[in-house]
Amino acid sequence: MAIIHEGLSEEFKYVTKQNEQEHIGAMFDSSDLLMQEIAFNLIKGNNNEVYDLVKKALDQNYEANTVLDDGLIAGMAIVGVKFRDNVIFVPEVLISARAMKAGMEHIDPILSASGVEPIGTVIMGTVKGDLHDIGKNLCIMMLRGGGFTVHDLGVDTKPDEFIDAVLEHEATVVGMSALLTTTMPNMGVTIEAFEEAGLRDEVKILVGGAPVTKNFADEMGADGYGSNAVECVQIAKDILGVKG
Amino acid sequence: MDKIDFLDLLNSGVTLLGDGATGSYLQTKGLEPGGCPEYMCDSHPDVIKGMAKNYLENGSNFVLTNSFGGNPFMLKKYGHKDLIKTLNIKAAQLARSEAKDDQFVIGSIGPTGEFLKPLGDVSEGEMSQAFHQQISALLEGGVDGIIFETMTSIEEITLGIKTAKQITDKPVIGSMVFDKGPRGLFTMMGITPEKAAKDLVDSGADVVASNCGNGSEIMVEVASELMMYSENPVMIQSNAGIPEIINGKIVYNEKPEFMAKNYLKMLDLGVKILGGCCGTDKHHIKEFRKLIDSQIKI
Repeated sequence: MAIIHEGLSEEFKYVTKQNEQEHIGAMFDSSDLLMQEIAFNLIKGNNNEVYDLVKKALDQNYEANTVLDDGLIAGMAIVGVKFRDNVIFVPEVLISARAMKAGMEHIDPILSASGVEPIGTVIMGTVKGDLHDIGKNLCIMMLRGGGFTVHDLGVDTKPDEFIDAVLEHEATVVGMSALLTTTMPNMGVTIEAFEEAGLRDEVKILVGGAPVTKNFADEMGADGYGSNAVECVQIAKDILGVKG
Repeated sequence: MDKIDFLDLLNSGVTLLGDGATGSYLQTKGLEPGGCPEYMCDSHPDVIKGMAKNYLENGSNFVLTNSFGGNPFMLKKYGHKDLIKTLNIKAAQLARSEAKDDQFVIGSIGPTGEFLKPLGDVSEGEMSQAFHQQISALLEGGVDGIIFETMTSIEEITLGIKTAKQITDKPVIGSMVFDKGPRGLFTMMGITPEKAAKDLVDSGADVVASNCGNGSEIMVEVASELMMYSENPVMIQSNAGIPEIINGKIVYNEKPEFMAKNYLKMLDLGVKILGGCCGTDKHHIKEFRKLIDSQIKI
């Protein structure tokens, strides 16, 4: 455990579960003050600072992957824990997401030029008829913060749009969201469409949204269910057999 | 005879009963999954009238209009931006046409689905303008009051309440949806019942309320906290539990009798207005009517 940044060590106190202390603590094991400064500013949602610090790090020849892992993703892990534990709420997470995005503006071009493989490619959308995207957007930013590439299909996504996107991006995970009980059944409709297209075994399908439950997910034949955006990342990793 | 005033009646000590669910009712009457419920005011006026009648004749003192998503932001997403005025006026008129002189129609306003700046892209002025449009149309259609419901942002709901209060003297209800998390009750945006109760009253709400999100057991806890901090009457509209899918159908599991037991606890806490949210139907309303009537001291 080597957190040397004062503000960050205060933030780390919000991580109270032992296994998470070990896991998240390990993310800072090899990081120096600059990386921890990035993580801290991401947690605080200081997007201008994150933008400047990431640029500074890259100018100092830090690897893009190092900045992503030791700065942004490590910071986002603490954001996730604080969110799940009711220390912060949607507004704070959205502000951290904005800071993440600011940092990624420098990192994305380098990573795509280098051809580094993401840990997984996810297609996300709210199901047909559902126009509510706050939860989906939180999941997307948590997944990106967790190292996934995410293609966002937005709201009101028809089954064939999910299927086309999976084929186009060679995605292995589909994430569907619904806020309304009226639109929840469209998750099942989409899963059936994957079956009919002969693609059901090619993808893992994850579902979530306020009225969605584990039982509902099982009944629909989904591969995974998360009750919040933090769980979403862990479930996506588990289902792909990714460690961490 | 002058029409009875909603607040006068409430302040006289009477416990009032609202209506049951709108969304789950409309689904049984042909609303497509993901369809625009407000558009049914135009396409299926008889269904909307029938819904008001269904609740009013089973014991509701008031019904909410079918205008929850009738704000410019939501209607635009459904491609009905040009119908804001029409749909809200009709929503009010259709419910009003079924209500007797001693029954009320409260105009329902749900979240805009947008975040205010700096979190989102919408300015206070733009959101206030959006609320203004909807409130004006509902008033033109004849509502007796306004409810802002299923709200999670304190900035949004208080802006709505203040906007309403600038336009009308009619009663305004502020209703938020709380989740029970590891540290207690909060809205998605981090608002506690304590803050909600105080800020809603400060912004001019005549009634402090909570609806949706929970079954009736957790709503007793919500009621208890709102009662502790609200200077104004408290209203609760609980879901009939959390929806489950059984044999491909969405089922809300809380039976009328079960909910009534929890509603009795709310009355004991001092809650003055009861109603139902998702999954409650005329059988629930009937049972709540029985409960309220059984409480009247002779």
